[in-house]
Amino acid sequence: MNVPAAWYLILAAVLFGVGSFGLLTRRSALIMFMCVELMLNAVNLTFVTFSRTLSDIGGQASVFFVMVVAAAEVTVGLGIVVSIFRRRSSTSVDELSELKG
Amino acid sequence: MIGATYALASILVFVTAALLILVGAVGVITLKNPVHSALSLIMTLFGVAVAFVAQGADFLAAVEIIVYAGAIVVLFLFVIMFLGVDRKEHVHVEPLVGQRAFAAVGVVVTVGGLITLMARSHWVTGAMSVSTKGVALASGQDNVKQLGTAVFTTYLFAFEATAVLLVIAVVGAVLLARRERALQSEEVEVEA
Amino acid sequence: MAHFATLILLLPLVGYLAVLLNGRSMNESQVGYVATGVVGLSFVASVISFVLLLHQHTREVTVQLFTWISVGTLHVPAALLVDPLSITMCLFVTGISTLIHLYSIGYMHGERDYRKFFLYLNLFVFSMLTLVLANNLVLTFVGWEGVGVCSYWLVSFYFDRDSAATAGKKAFLYNRVGDVGLLLAMFLLFSHTHTLTYLSIFHRAGTLSPTIATLTVLALLLAATGKSAQIPLFNWLPDAMEGPTPVSALIHAATMVTAGVYLLVRMSPVLALSSSGRMTIAVIGGVTAFVAATIATSQKDIKKVLAFSTVSQIGYMVLAVGVGAYSAAIFLMVCHAFFKALLFLGSGSVIHSLNGEQDMRKMGGLQKYLPLTFPTFLIGWLAISGIPPFAGFWSKGDVLTNVFAHNKILWILAVLTAILTAYYMSRLFILTFRGTERFREETHGHDPHESPWVMTTPLVVLAVLSVLGGVLDLPWIHHDSLAGFLAPTFGYVAPTVAATTLAQWGLAAVDVCAAVIGLFAAFTIWRGISESPRFESSFFEHVWHWDDFYDATIGRPLERVAVFSDAVIEDKVIDGGVMGLAVGVSHSAEGVRKIQSGFVRHYALATALGVAVIVVYLVARVG
Repeated sequence: MNVPAAWYLILAAVLFGVGSFGLLTRRSALIMFMCVELMLNAVNLTFVTFSRTLSDIGGQASVFFVMVVAAAEVTVGLGIVVSIFRRRSSTSVDELSELKG
Repeated sequence: MIGATYALASILVFVTAALLILVGAVGVITLKNPVHSALSLIMTLFGVAVAFVAQGADFLAAVEIIVYAGAIVVLFLFVIMFLGVDRKEHVHVEPLVGQRAFAAVGVVVTVGGLITLMARSHWVTGAMSVSTKGVALASGQDNVKQLGTAVFTTYLFAFEATAVLLVIAVVGAVLLARRERALQSEEVEVEA
Repeated sequence: MAHFATLILLLPLVGYLAVLLNGRSMNESQVGYVATGVVGLSFVASVISFVLLLHQHTREVTVQLFTWISVGTLHVPAALLVDPLSITMCLFVTGISTLIHLYSIGYMHGERDYRKFFLYLNLFVFSMLTLVLANNLVLTFVGWEGVGVCSYWLVSFYFDRDSAATAGKKAFLYNRVGDVGLLLAMFLLFSHTHTLTYLSIFHRAGTLSPTIATLTVLALLLAATGKSAQIPLFNWLPDAMEGPTPVSALIHAATMVTAGVYLLVRMSPVLALSSSGRMTIAVIGGVTAFVAATIATSQKDIKKVLAFSTVSQIGYMVLAVGVGAYSAAIFLMVCHAFFKALLFLGSGSVIHSLNGEQDMRKMGGLQKYLPLTFPTFLIGWLAISGIPPFAGFWSKGDVLTNVFAHNKILWILAVLTAILTAYYMSRLFILTFRGTERFREETHGHDPHESPWVMTTPLVVLAVLSVLGGVLDLPWIHHDSLAGFLAPTFGYVAPTVAATTLAQWGLAAVDVCAAVIGLFAAFTIWRGISESPRFESSFFEHVWHWDDFYDATIGRPLERVAVFSDAVIEDKVIDGGVMGLAVGVSHSAEGVRKIQSGFVRHYALATALGVAVIVVYLVARVG
């Protein structure tokens, strides 16, 4: 028998937790992006697990699209990071606090 | 769940995948050098690909490696090198008060809650999804065929939409990168 | 009949509107004659209505103008009641008003606000006629308020004088306090008889319980004391002398101040139900008459003496109403209008000739300079003192006779008042017209001049009326007299004095003696002097310190309340509350603002914690 789906789901949940902790804790924009990728992957894992459990190809199709969107997102996001870096010479997000108050 | 016996192979595969994923993830969030973090990310992605294969999503495992590990992480490395931020970040100092504590609490609660939800809900009935009309999930080559059919028929609109999204993303990236140079060249033309 | 009655009421209004709209293009004399003309025509209409009424079988004609209020059980028409009482009032109101309008053309000549004066006078006459001709309490109240407002405007006519402005306010405020009484009476009557029309009230008056009747009567008395300047609301009248003299003559002698007495007389069927109410009325009247007479003995200003004299004479009228002698009260009202208006206009003539001097200590010896004012004033003086055969003797005598029949103590008080009346009026006469000439300083050596014909003609007419006025109600004529004419309107007719003719002659003799004593005393004391501290008590001069009493008990405490309200309630409580709320919001916003730290990671943390909360909730729901 295969390993029950629940184990993979727990794994995905933990991966998601690690990713979000990193997102909240690290200051560099690039590292934060990577943590977002971790979270997306956790979601992908969950989708695939359910796809197997429910025998529905739709789960895998969703993962497909998630990957496409993640790629597009990274493209534009890194472009923004580059633009900001040109002005400030630092990727720390703590410096982008002009919307305060 | 734990009491039952499972095939040894699948347990091993699971453990491998889990180790790769978790070690890589922890590496991403703790390593000081961004380049090292990127390499850890690759390790995680490999682990995820292994998990995909174990679940029978062969095509997706391939795509994961090619697109995610091969293109996206490489793009990350490009930018890291381009910006020259491969210096170390002061990880041990946290300027925002209470951020780490609250973050830890929030994350633990969320993950714990998700796991509890999963434990307590009764979704493991073994029933198959209705939308596929009882067709079982194929594996191997048939997986590619089945996935392709689904994407190009049932989810065609989403497919087209993501195509448009990619075009937009490219245009956006080009614009973002170009802006300053265009202004500079205009100023030069005015002076001359 | 209906048309003439409506004309009586509307002509002054037409005059008012004509001057209001065209005033700028009319010159002085046009304004004056238009205003006088409409009131004169109104008088003619009154006479015609009077004649027509005499030929009516039922002496009670209701003229419906239009439906005014009709809500549920409350029906208040805009209608006129033409009956003997209202016609009598109309006649003397319009008549005397015409004479005073004519007089004002001369008196107010050259004044800056000439047109405004006639506007207000016409509006006043219109309001007074509304008051008198109304067939229900609400329309009367409209007229009541109208005369109050016009009185305010006219008293503070010289508004750039502080004292005049204050006097206007005082008059209006005292009137308003009295109005509460009229409103209360209306509420009481409506809640028990469900109607406010006079005739209907009188029909249903029998259904009122004694307590309600007494309360209504006391409420009406309060209204009357406010409007007619009786105790306790009388001290506005002397201050109202700040207005021009024609105003004092018209409003504060002949017409507005009689409105209170008119109201009480009109409501006689209700008064009939409450003997304690009537006793209160009588006591108030008698006491006021006496107190006012004592005050008048010590006043230095000629108009103030006449003002207190008015209060005193109205006290007589109220006393007569209190003992049930309604026609005697009306008789005195009419005669009083004649001679008091005469005295006021005469004093106006004197003041005019001395270029505005009103202090009697600076008059004297004017007899030979004012050949028309002097004899007419003399007639007025004799009339008010009660010397036969002038009008005052008959009218005052009628009142005193009736009082004697009901209450000996009040009669004694009334006789004492009569002595004082004769005394102070004689004092006024002597100080003004006889004795040494003390006015040379004021007129810079010039002789005082007589007034023009527009001013002296009314004096002459009023003098004639003061002489002949007694004819209206001679004691031995019962049917064709004023009393006989008015009798049907009163629900309660005082039993004709059961005294024998001997008693009547005796009482008449007492009246004459009182008058003569007063005259004699005055001539003795005031021979050749202009001031006498012994006989001019400061207590009387300061109105028995009544104003000070009100100031100390009502004025100052209210002022303190106002200051307190401003400093504490306004500043701290209300402002504090409202501002405090605003400041509180502002401060809390300052605090809340800190959430927007600008740090992306804080926002992300917030989102993560939100997710955690949702997950916990879901767990709680599932588990």
